[in-house]
Amino acid sequence: MEVSIKPEILTSLGPLPITNSLITTYIIIAAILIVAFRGLRKLKEIPGRFQVIQEAIVETWIGLCDATGGMNTRRFFPFVTTLFIFILLSNWFGLIPGISALGLNTLHEGKETFIPLLRATTTDLNTTLALAIVSVIYIQMEGIKSLGIKLHIKKYLKNPLKNPIDTFVGFLELISEFTKVLSLSFRLFGNVFAGEVLLIVVTSLIPLLAPIPFLALELFVGFIQAFVFAMLTLVFASMATTSHESTGGESHN
Amino acid sequence: MDGLKELGMGLAIGLGAIGPGIGIGILVGKALEAMGRNPEMTQEIKTNMILGIAFAEAIAIYALVIALIIRFV
Repeated sequence: MEVSIKPEILTSLGPLPITNSLITTYIIIAAILIVAFRGLRKLKEIPGRFQVIQEAIVETWIGLCDATGGMNTRRFFPFVTTLFIFILLSNWFGLIPGISALGLNTLHEGKETFIPLLRATTTDLNTTLALAIVSVIYIQMEGIKSLGIKLHIKKYLKNPLKNPIDTFVGFLELISEFTKVLSLSFRLFGNVFAGEVLLIVVTSLIPLLAPIPFLALELFVGFIQAFVFAMLTLVFASMATTSHESTGGESHN
Repeated sequence: MDGLKELGMGLAIGLGAIGPGIGIGILVGKALEAMGRNPEMTQEIKTNMILGIAFAEAIAIYALVIALIIRFV
């Protein structure tokens, strides 16, 4: 039973190490691209089974965007849905039976060790951290875009002479932007990684039939975590695009 | 020392999971109550419930981070 928190490095491209989770990331990206292109090229009036699934995902997220902040939040829909699909596939990738058995035996520090070729993307903290940073930067950019840079920065930096409590609140808001990165990335990583460890432990205790309910649980957890990540991004973005000063809660454009 | 480290790791995540566990229990209980009283609001309540769970769970994630730091750093 071996659990490694770091992704294994397979080779390196110059100074860039190529890890097994990176390979998985590109496999997933390729899969999404192929499915998206194939689905978009042959759109039909009467949708086939394949198109129905795609339409269902799109419709659900458009509905969620509308429910969160009206038509105004609909522009977050492409980003948020992409996040959802990518994270969902990454989470589920690790659940494909036998995926971690694919690997190479290599000599490492004098003894032979097994290195799996593929690793679920979101069990690598680098990936989740990158996703979280990208989504927070996106949130900030949307905030600047709809409020203007002056009004946006005013959320964080307030004149202490006017109202010292407001200055402190603004400071807390600034910190909370960094906590967003931390909690978004670690939530996703923690849940998926813990699920993987749970599956390993259960499989090593009772290999026959016992892991099946846990696999089902992990399918559910993977879905929920992808949903939560995308939903939180949506909610944060719709909060960032509303000014704190205006009481109506409407953004400027 | 190594034994103590592992004990600390176990305690960190074990104790840290108590609060969020209680919190999520209360949250879901209340949400179900609300759904029972007002079934047509189910979809909205469910979305907000999941968001609330995510925030409550973040506390457990912090404990997990500490546990991982103790174990691996």
